[in-house]
Amino acid sequence: MASTIRVRAVSSGEVTEVQALIQHPMDSGYVKDSHGKIIPPHYIQQLTFEHSGKNVLVANWGPAVSKDPYIKFSFKGAKKGDDLKISWVDNKGQTDSTTAKIH
Amino acid sequence: MRAQLTTRLGSATLALAALALGAFAFVAHAATPNEKIDPAADAKAFRDYFVTKFPKVKLDDFVNGPYSMNADMRKQWEAIEQFPPYDFALDEGKAMLSKPFKNGKTYADCFANGGIGIRQNYPYFDEKEGKVVTLELAINRCREANGEAPLKYTKDKMAALTAYMAYTSRGKLMDIKIPNDPRALAAYENGKRYFYTRRGQLNFSCASCHVQNPGRHIRAETLAPALGILNAMPIYRSKWGALGTISRRFTSCNKQVRGVPLKPQSEDYRDLEYYLSYVSNGLPISGPSSRP
Amino acid sequence: MRSLLLISGLLLAASTPARAAASQADFNAAYAAAAAAEKQAGTLQDQWTTTEADLKAAKQAAAAGNYDKAVAAAKEAEALAKASIAQATSEKTRWKDAEIR
Repeated sequence: MASTIRVRAVSSGEVTEVQALIQHPMDSGYVKDSHGKIIPPHYIQQLTFEHSGKNVLVANWGPAVSKDPYIKFSFKGAKKGDDLKISWVDNKGQTDSTTAKIH
Repeated sequence: MRAQLTTRLGSATLALAALALGAFAFVAHAATPNEKIDPAADAKAFRDYFVTKFPKVKLDDFVNGPYSMNADMRKQWEAIEQFPPYDFALDEGKAMLSKPFKNGKTYADCFANGGIGIRQNYPYFDEKEGKVVTLELAINRCREANGEAPLKYTKDKMAALTAYMAYTSRGKLMDIKIPNDPRALAAYENGKRYFYTRRGQLNFSCASCHVQNPGRHIRAETLAPALGILNAMPIYRSKWGALGTISRRFTSCNKQVRGVPLKPQSEDYRDLEYYLSYVSNGLPISGPSSRP
Repeated sequence: MRSLLLISGLLLAASTPARAAASQADFNAAYAAAAAAEKQAGTLQDQWTTTEADLKAAKQAAAAGNYDKAVAAAKEAEALAKASIAQATSEKTRWKDAEIR
């Protein structure tokens, strides 16, 4: 199955800038469908970015985050060619992860 | 959040008053039956109007709608485009284009060059049938000719496929042809009529917003100029949280002025697309694109 | 004194004719007129969403037996439909005024 995670990580000097776009419905559980039935909640609860065995960013998300979330952040301590591992788990226990090279 | 401004009857009274006042400002100009339809002259006048009104905007930039009118919005848009929200739909569209129908044929059998790099030629006037054929219509015709159910015109799969086809034409210049056929000229003229005709209880025409007020606000939105406005389609609107097609935008614009929308791909909508695309000839295809 | 006030009150009440409640027949007539106007607006490709909403509200009120409300909504729908017809008719020639030349 194709990864739900698109990521781009670029290193410039000390700082690595990371952008990620994640495909996920992020249903809050408050929206009704066209028949009037509640669409059950289905959202990412935790998103983790890991470098060199250390978590450089952990996001605790919930129903307030919109569909197909986009995140951008920077961190220090990485260099070109390093691996960056991204993984998420949602409220249904589903997960996905990917590893990207830092450019 | 739309506020309930006045009672409906109050609004009707206002609308009637507006019409009445307008009537006094009316300068008689009925089209004579022999008035020649000159699309090339129209297109030149159309372009000149916007270029004169916005001398600082590069011609090609008009296709970027509100981002060509507002520097702050543009910065945000450029940041979004680094990771466009329509990325997933592009993959879906690409997969759709090559996936065979149940009978083994593909879209490539209906479209020139396999459907790649041809978006700028749509819509065109089908002289055999005597009607305007848009890309969306052509896609569903291809499906029906190959035993597949037609797609809904406004979103999802239709949006994904037209997004991918637009993407393969990015940078190519809009190239709409009007054959020397009175029916084609009539369709063009009908599209122009639709564009300038006021409709809905709010009494707006397409021109009210996109010719008279581009760059200005309507509630919280910055209005796009009509020049090149279809070049960016389909669009991922943050408001929709999804891609929407030309059909979606036409029907939703109608509803926004409190007009009951026509059915997608109705004659007036197709003619409107024909007119708007033609007067934007020479501007690059930029679709799919993001919008607020 | 009090009985005088009471009597004048009753007289006033009696002299003010109470407005007759609308009947189903009144509603049917009002709705038919509104629907006909809306149909004509449809042939001109210029129906308003607010007209449609009023027609729907009129029907719902009638179904609930509230004919006063139903007739009011139907009459408003007719007014809106007629306004939309006036708009479409006038715009047939007026659109050219807005055209970029």
